[in-house]
Amino acid sequence: MNSEPLLAATPSGDVLELRPAGSWIASNVAKLEALSQSVKAEIDRSKSVKLDMAAVSELDTLGAWLLEKLSRRVSSNGAPADIVGVADNYSGLMDEVRQVNRHTPQAAPAPNPLLFRLGELGKATVGAREDVAVFLQMLGSLFTALIGVVRHPRSLRLTSLVYQLYRIGWQAIPIIVLITFLIGAIIAQQGFFHFRRFGAESYTVDMVGILILRELGVLIVAIMVAGRSGSAYTAELGSMKMREEIDALSTMGLNPVDVLILPRVAALVIALPILTFIGSIAALYGGGLVAQFYGDMGPAIYLARLHEAISVTHFQVGILKAPFMALVIGIVACSEGLRVKGSAESLGKQTTTSVVKSIFLVIVLDGLFAIFFASIGM
Amino acid sequence: MAEASPAFAIRVRDLVVGFGRQIVIDRLSLDVRRGEILGLVGASGGGKSVLMRTIIGLIPRRSGDIEVMGQPIGGTHDHGTQSAATKWGILFQQGALFSSLTVRQNVQFPLRENLVLSQELMDEIAIAKLEMVGLRAQDGDKYPAELSGGMTKRVALARALALDPPILFLDEPTSGLDPIAAGDFDALIKTLQKTLGLTVFMVTHDLASLTTVCDRVAALADGKIVAIGPMRELLQSEHPWVRAYFHGKRSQMLQPQMR
Repeated sequence: MNSEPLLAATPSGDVLELRPAGSWIASNVAKLEALSQSVKAEIDRSKSVKLDMAAVSELDTLGAWLLEKLSRRVSSNGAPADIVGVADNYSGLMDEVRQVNRHTPQAAPAPNPLLFRLGELGKATVGAREDVAVFLQMLGSLFTALIGVVRHPRSLRLTSLVYQLYRIGWQAIPIIVLITFLIGAIIAQQGFFHFRRFGAESYTVDMVGILILRELGVLIVAIMVAGRSGSAYTAELGSMKMREEIDALSTMGLNPVDVLILPRVAALVIALPILTFIGSIAALYGGGLVAQFYGDMGPAIYLARLHEAISVTHFQVGILKAPFMALVIGIVACSEGLRVKGSAESLGKQTTTSVVKSIFLVIVLDGLFAIFFASIGM
Repeated sequence: MAEASPAFAIRVRDLVVGFGRQIVIDRLSLDVRRGEILGLVGASGGGKSVLMRTIIGLIPRRSGDIEVMGQPIGGTHDHGTQSAATKWGILFQQGALFSSLTVRQNVQFPLRENLVLSQELMDEIAIAKLEMVGLRAQDGDKYPAELSGGMTKRVALARALALDPPILFLDEPTSGLDPIAAGDFDALIKTLQKTLGLTVFMVTHDLASLTTVCDRVAALADGKIVAIGPMRELLQSEHPWVRAYFHGKRSQMLQPQMR
């Protein structure tokens, strides 16, 4: 039976008599809270209070706590409340709630908003320095691990390396071919459309060839790989960290860098140039198709123009950047993975950070390479 | 609690649960009386947790009927199960605390989702629950990752009790705790069961818990309940697996007084 909760307050002289009745349970909480609010003023007016619980038909922790709160309000006014008529089966519960909430911790005072902002800025600055340190540390330990492998080639984890190559290289080919093919086609279409106005359609091929081979092929593939494989690395290493798998490795005398990180980063460094090559070819193919069907330029002419427009240098400029971008993606992904703390939220946060940071660094690196190649005349 | 009260908190009839070709629970029937603490023992991988998860609707069953507080249980998204969910609290083996919420928010979560009440009252109730399970108010601001194993179990218990459910399911509540902490936890469950009038369904391997806390013990073997009753009856059971369980070398060593 879920009877209506009630609270009758009858003043008799100095004494206020409170008679709770009915179901004082969690499902009635909205009414109960209102009821106990309504008698507060009367409690404050009266000298002492008698709480008669004989009519309570149901009671749980929540109801018991509300009644206890009323009786505490009385005791803060002076004379403690007199609680009578507690049914036997509820006396344990009433005794229990009498013990709780005695020492409410002081809430920390809200910090000065200006100081708080400044503090956050300071933390972010220190954090940025720490980021650089973490990056360099990971680079260093990878290099050490690599030297170890060069000295003892048998210590290379070949199975793991091949498996990672399969996952991030072979399995990525379809999507990368599709995307780069479309990008190549779009660039060619834009070239024909705009160059046609001043009769320079044939230069579209130069633009497509140089743009794809030098910049776009490698950039798009690197960004795709950062999103596809970098995030996977971070999430994998992060959940291994959460489940103490990485600690388990270390206690077995194995270095997590050798076992987990080197094969992953090495696979990226090997796979990214190959994917870049495949992607660039797909983009050039896409450009060629558009040339034939949209620009009225047959395959033979397209190839001949391409042959004149590009040289091996353009190809080298693009492909040389790929391993460095792979290294950056791998290091960022793995070090962010190792920074995951206990919670699921932290795993999500580090994965986001990993992808954002590695794409940002890939583009910065591309800019630096552009300056470098320009100054050496490539 | 004076509800139109069935005598049994949980009734399971001819339950069959299987995965693929394997039958884990084979035409099992079990009654849990109101207000008792029932301990469930069984071999590791023998289907104890499967039985518990089937009762609370997490695992689909092949056939059979389950009633909790007189209400039939279907799948997790079934309406009956949803309304039954406020009638039970569940302590998962690993705690299953929400890792992105603080301890206090974890305990408040069921309150917030099911009731309409002020933040102030919610804070007070959460602290009250934490103190009832033996934690301090300050622990409320910690995150689950910062807790020790014992504290995690206590917080999970506080969350399971947040709505004062009449039934409490415990999946190996004392596993991974030291004997002192496990003893405390047992005492805590007993106290809470007395004060709140709970029915407790407990999956455990802890022989000490079985003897000190449980009113009745059910033994699960070959997908069936092979013996059920107070601990001393189970000790007299002739079923070979039950004999091996309670009279094995390890049990004798740990519990010489049981004989």
